[in-house]
Amino acid sequence: MATVEIRNVRKSYGPVEAIKGIDIAIQDGEFLVLLGPSGCGKSTLLRMVAGLEGITGGEIAIGGRVVNHLDPKDRDIAMVFQNYALYPHMTVFDNMAYGLKIRGIPKAEIRARVDKAANILELGRFLDRRPSQLSGGQRQRVAMGRAIVREPAAFLFDEPLSNLDAKLRTQMRVEIKRLQDRLGITSLYVTHDQVEAMTLADRILVMNHGVAEQIGTPLEVYQRPASLFVAGFIGSPPMNVLDGRIDDRGEAVLLPGGQRLALPQARPTDAGRPVKLGIRPEHMAVAAQDFSGGFSIEVELVEALGADTVVYGRLPDGESLLVRMAGIPTVRERDRLTVAPQDGALHLFDAVTGRRME
Amino acid sequence: MKPTRFIDLLPHIVLIVGVLIFAYPIYVTLIGSTWDSGTIGRGGLPLWPGGQGATNYAQAWVGEAGDRAMYTPVRTMMLNSLVMALSIAVGKIAISILSAYAVAFFRFPLRMAFFWLIFITLMLPVEVRIIPTYKVVADLGLINTYAGLAIPLIASATATLLFRQFFLTIPDELLEAAKIDGAGPVRFFIDVVLPLSRTNIAALFVILFIYGWNQYLWPLLVTSSGDMETIVTGITKMIGTGESANDWHIIMATTVLAMLPPVAVVVFMQRWFVKGLVDSEK
Ligand SMILES: Nc1ncnc2c1ncn2[C@@H]1O[C@H](COP(=O)(O)OP(=O)(O)OP(=O)(O)O)[C@@H](O)[C@H]1O
Ligand SMILES: [Mg+2]
Repeated sequence: MATVEIRNVRKSYGPVEAIKGIDIAIQDGEFLVLLGPSGCGKSTLLRMVAGLEGITGGEIAIGGRVVNHLDPKDRDIAMVFQNYALYPHMTVFDNMAYGLKIRGIPKAEIRARVDKAANILELGRFLDRRPSQLSGGQRQRVAMGRAIVREPAAFLFDEPLSNLDAKLRTQMRVEIKRLQDRLGITSLYVTHDQVEAMTLADRILVMNHGVAEQIGTPLEVYQRPASLFVAGFIGSPPMNVLDGRIDDRGEAVLLPGGQRLALPQARPTDAGRPVKLGIRPEHMAVAAQDFSGGFSIEVELVEALGADTVVYGRLPDGESLLVRMAGIPTVRERDRLTVAPQDGALHLFDAVTGRRME
Repeated sequence: MKPTRFIDLLPHIVLIVGVLIFAYPIYVTLIGSTWDSGTIGRGGLPLWPGGQGATNYAQAWVGEAGDRAMYTPVRTMMLNSLVMALSIAVGKIAISILSAYAVAFFRFPLRMAFFWLIFITLMLPVEVRIIPTYKVVADLGLINTYAGLAIPLIASATATLLFRQFFLTIPDELLEAAKIDGAGPVRFFIDVVLPLSRTNIAALFVILFIYGWNQYLWPLLVTSSGDMETIVTGITKMIGTGESANDWHIIMATTVLAMLPPVAVVVFMQRWFVKGLVDSEK
């Protein structure tokens, strides 16, 4: 158990800067998810913490000890890989025991620790099998068992569930969450799946092109996205983003289609400023046909998902607008209707930098 | 129906004819080794076994042909060949697996230069470098020794390349997992790389053992005394220049005995290949 501190860490591959200065202090026992699109540098950051990748600049400290120049084995971490990376010629038991054996831990204690981990992960029946004789989910559990028996200061996961099918992924996600709650070991978890991030994380670090776009709890990231990138990346279907301009009195946003949406608070200093306006599809509701503070849309497509319905609408000026409604569809394609954002549903972003305007 | 039946049979016929063509000389040798020298000498070798087998093999084994010529006994030659072939096979595998490990897993200056250097030696088989090699071996005083027989043949670019290709298929994550588990390069080699390579090692062992067993030119040069004779060179020396009659029955018995170790190695190692093919796990 330990804190993990990442201080202004950078990574360059020749002229390419993969990580451009990331700062975060992970609390003891915290579950931090690194979330971002493919190629944003999540794995690189995780591998720097593991010691599998050199650190170009900055410092990483585990349990208060700077580890920049320590070998992976001396960092007191355990890692779970996407493709499991089990030793194919060893039994499940030996796979889990290998790291302990190398550390010279007595046989009886190895046995006890492996048995305990196998118990937690329900792997007891498989200890004598080879990895090739296990299903994907069981292999995944062995990989986690190998991490658990080490009793490390921190767990590092690199997309551990992405090789599993959807159902198993959900099941393993719950297991990982339970396990981490139970063991209370500081964890860094890389994924590009926002559902995994939202459900597992204590805090999420949203990454894009090697920088941290936002660090916050899942709800913070959802409710107050710090940038257009975060707004678009978290939430499904993604947030609607429209070009707009704050009116001359700073009281409302004017849209090219002529709509005028009142701001919850006046922002006189921003009067006349161009903005990007974000509204989540689930934060809009059907309003009276002649309601002035809403959007009049023509329905292009209706997706019934059972529990809720996604409506693909088109605004008069050609922009598209997604609306998510609870329950089964009440509208049909080609319908015209007016939808209005709910209270507090408007997110304003700087039109140039894409940063959130508070 | 009929034409398709014939088409179906054709590959079988071709294969059976092929087997007969290859097996016939071996069969003749086997039969020849059971008749007396007189029968073979007259040129009328029957196609069924004779009654001399036991005596012929016993004579070949201890190296006397009746009361006439004395040959190096087959048991001595077999031992020499065995030592040479085993040293070559084991030595080649040991050296090439280590150099392949270095080239595939470590980053060091001039790595690719060394790799190409190894590669280039493929173009220099024994026959090409035989004079300088002989000079070196002679100067080291290794003529008529097992070391002289085996060491110059041990370097192997082919095996190094094969192992390197195999090592490149070992996923990086496996190495990284081992690093995190605390295994250094030597442990990783012994605990992970070697066990994963065992089918490759078995296959190479068979090939290299037979390669070593069948060496002809080099043993011919580097041995001069009868008790260092290998069996392949020994057999050719039994065949005279025509001044006296050849003891064909002994020659054939010796030939049959010379075939046995390679066959045994193939049969024994076959289990490993099949195992490797069945549970291909990686
Ligand atoms: N060895 C390397 N040499 C050069 N560039 C590299 C190297 N490894 C990674 N990169 C680059 O660094 C960036 C970040 O890579 P990284 O593997 O961390 O992405 P990721 O966020 O984990 O993506 P994914 O979700 O696809 O796994 C990428 O643009 C990649 O091309
Ligand atoms: Mg990755």
